[in-house]
Amino acid sequence: MDKVQNNKAWFLVLPVLVLVAFSAVIPLMTVVNYSVQDTFGNNVFFWEGLGWFEQVLTDSRVHGALGRQLAFSGIILAIQIPLGIAIAVCMPKKGFWASVCLVLMALPLLIPWNVVGTIWQIMGRGDIGLVGYSLSALGIDWNYARDPLHAWITVIVMDVWHWTSLVALLAYAGLQSIPQAYYQAAKIDQASRWSVFRYIELPKMQGVLLIAILLRFMDSFMIYTEPFVVTGGGPGSATSFLSIDLVKMALGQFDLGPAAAFSLMYFLVILLVSWVFYTVMTNLDKAEGR
Amino acid sequence: MVQITLDNLAHSYLPNPQGEDDFALKQLDHVWKDGEAYALLGASGCGKSTLLNIISGLLVPSRGRILFGDRDVTHQDTVARNIAQVFQFPVVYDTMTVGDNLAFPLRNRGMAPAAIAEQVQKIAAMIGMEDQLKRKARGLTADAKQKISLGRGMVREDVNAILFDEPLTVIDPHMKWELRTQLKALHNEFGHTMIYVTHDQTEALTFADKVVVMHDGRVVQLGTPEELFDTPEHTFVGYFIGSPGMNLIDAEVAGDTAQCGGHAIDLGGHYRTPKGRVQIGIRPEFVTLTAGDRGLPVTIKRIEDVGRHQILRAEFAGKPINAILPEGFAVPAGANRLHFAPDRINVYADDWRVAPLHAVANPVKEAV
Amino acid sequence: MVATTETFTATARRSAFPKVRARHVVMVAYLLFMLIPIYWLTKMSLQTNQEILGGFTLWPQNPTLDNYRVILTDPSWYMGYVNSITYVVMNTVLSLAVALPAAYAFSRYRFLGDKHLFFWLLTNRMAPPAVFALPFFQLYSSVGLFDTHIAVALAHTLFNVPLAVWILEGFMRGVPKEIDETAYIDGYSFPRFFIKIFMPLIASGIGVAAFFCFMFSWVELLLSRTLTAVNAQPIASIMTRTVSASGLDWGVLCAAGVLTIVPGALVIYFVRNYIAKGFALGRV
Repeated sequence: MDKVQNNKAWFLVLPVLVLVAFSAVIPLMTVVNYSVQDTFGNNVFFWEGLGWFEQVLTDSRVHGALGRQLAFSGIILAIQIPLGIAIAVCMPKKGFWASVCLVLMALPLLIPWNVVGTIWQIMGRGDIGLVGYSLSALGIDWNYARDPLHAWITVIVMDVWHWTSLVALLAYAGLQSIPQAYYQAAKIDQASRWSVFRYIELPKMQGVLLIAILLRFMDSFMIYTEPFVVTGGGPGSATSFLSIDLVKMALGQFDLGPAAAFSLMYFLVILLVSWVFYTVMTNLDKAEGR
Repeated sequence: MVQITLDNLAHSYLPNPQGEDDFALKQLDHVWKDGEAYALLGASGCGKSTLLNIISGLLVPSRGRILFGDRDVTHQDTVARNIAQVFQFPVVYDTMTVGDNLAFPLRNRGMAPAAIAEQVQKIAAMIGMEDQLKRKARGLTADAKQKISLGRGMVREDVNAILFDEPLTVIDPHMKWELRTQLKALHNEFGHTMIYVTHDQTEALTFADKVVVMHDGRVVQLGTPEELFDTPEHTFVGYFIGSPGMNLIDAEVAGDTAQCGGHAIDLGGHYRTPKGRVQIGIRPEFVTLTAGDRGLPVTIKRIEDVGRHQILRAEFAGKPINAILPEGFAVPAGANRLHFAPDRINVYADDWRVAPLHAVANPVKEAV
Repeated sequence: MVATTETFTATARRSAFPKVRARHVVMVAYLLFMLIPIYWLTKMSLQTNQEILGGFTLWPQNPTLDNYRVILTDPSWYMGYVNSITYVVMNTVLSLAVALPAAYAFSRYRFLGDKHLFFWLLTNRMAPPAVFALPFFQLYSSVGLFDTHIAVALAHTLFNVPLAVWILEGFMRGVPKEIDETAYIDGYSFPRFFIKIFMPLIASGIGVAAFFCFMFSWVELLLSRTLTAVNAQPIASIMTRTVSASGLDWGVLCAAGVLTIVPGALVIYFVRNYIAKGFALGRV
């Protein structure tokens, strides 16, 4: 659509600007402020320069958390994107059962995150949880509070349970937008089911999948509540991801300076990765077109 | 390549159709002869796409059979029927190259690579995209994409029939003419049975040997373009074909005369007095404007110059009536009468044409 | 030729059956995977603690509503729901109120810095709540808003406003501009046009945006817990404190969990026909 040049439109954006400035810019300034200062208490601050940044960058604890975070987000994307697409393809296209599937699948998305954590905390327990009990009955000594591998599996299964539906619903919306003629043409061309998926469905889902990957990356990279409830970041620091570490640092130990420096870099990493994702995907799109 | 027979066919989209109105496609018996090019013409919603989808096997009819030759294919799918179809909007595999798009139906049928390459070259030449075979289909213009769809429809030589569902909707006007010509050339070369659905009479009349006109779920006439023009079997055909369409005037017909609002009009044939709502139909091409006291008196609204001729818009008894006047025709002073060529008048009873018992011996003598 | 096509149909028919079944198996398995944990939570909410810890059962032996009674009669429990719903509704109204005009501006006009502004708004959606927890705490404490509903509502707008602007802009772009122009020619003022004509046209978009605002604000815990103590404490936060403080009252915990699922389930039920389109943010 042709847009009209009109700088008075700023008045319409003003409320958003004021609101977001109040809830984003002021806090962010506080963070920046802390990140370059130090205090011995009593609200006496002095200039610290980039010291905190250096400290955080060389902190092996932060390195560990970053490594675990990247591994977690990678695994989550690798499982949820293909699984979500598969579910979307298997879903009924319309009618009563489509509505039933939609409602049931959307359910986990609207459960408070700590309740999600609680559910899986219970599920994995050997005494009262279905999964934990079943595994123990099969002779596996299942204990996510002690075994890092078990803790990881629990957290990943939980996230898959929690968020795969989002990917599936997005992919499903993409599939719904494909005109019937494409399927008819494919039938006439005697295309296999795989070809239909590869050459019709997947290309048409590309746009929504981009949104899905971005959302899933961002949210999994910021994950805090669910693993905190289930494992508390343990055993040891096995499932202690960036946000868990950060909250420990800021609200637990009140290490304001390092926490602030950490925050800024954390935010920047997310922005950077999201931007790279986005650019690569859109360029890929363009390159294919030309 | 086979003859396609529609036997007692009907289709409704409702699970339990009650009256006739529930049927998108009413009673239909029809034979599509092997190797002919048909146009299926009708306004939108007349059931032509439904019929096409039944022939291609994308829809199973509620009633009746479809025969390919002697084989009953009613419950067979599209693949088994070995049919090609081109849709209204381009259906292109975006991530494939143009060449792969054209080769796709052949590869899926396990044809040898060399033969595929040869066939693709040939079709690419036909649709004028030889130099773009290596390019991805994504990002092409709509008419380029539709050319690929057309090419994919025609790439298989062994198909039983090729169906076109308003394929030129998105194509540029000058390109339309060119592609239609190429379709005809292809038809002449390979002799496929072709069924071409359209709502555009020019397309239908220039493409097809035989035109099937559909109206309200029924085939109202099957004929050559000339037959549709000269003797429309149904008022819809008269009105739908031609620009402007046939004039229809309520009349009382007896013998070789029609009475229209108290004015006698000579007919080109003898008729028994038909029952129901009787109308006479005359194409604007055979109406002339005269002065004097003979012919139908009309109120002239305006004259439009459309280039090759002029269109006279007039009114008789509150109903519009049109005439085509030759280019540069000077309207005589006081001209307000229309004269109809008697042998070009058709008589309709309840919208269906009534055939004359025999022609009037010497119509010229009796002409008004 | 006839022979080959017929054998082909035969194989197609044979392979069609297992294919249909595979689809259904995948779907049923996935839905079971979705539902079993929720069932388990519900099951435990209907059991007494003794029964839960006494032995492993697949369904409650002596179903009881005692756990729900505890929650619904104790203000320190049920006020949690009231608090949550209060700030969720405040947040949704606030987010939509500011996002609507902004989305209109982005969808209709070019203006100085529009693209940068739009991108900057979206970056806020990408900000980790953990980064903002501490500064929010300090900011709202210093202006005396700590432990109020409005504090949580304001904090959540940081994530919801960008999303709402984005969703609404997508829907608004689908409305032809001629409608605006016709209305102005007919003498409508901007506010009257916007409320009387434009908003009904994008009603489903507003619904979708509201759904997303509700969703995020309802499920978020880190910020709402950090910004509240007693008066505005959300139910989710009350639950976590129960776990750490009063030991393990599993039955009540599960009942509280089930009750947090109910509002979400209701919302989903009402928007079920728009879910697919909604999740694609109106951009498919």
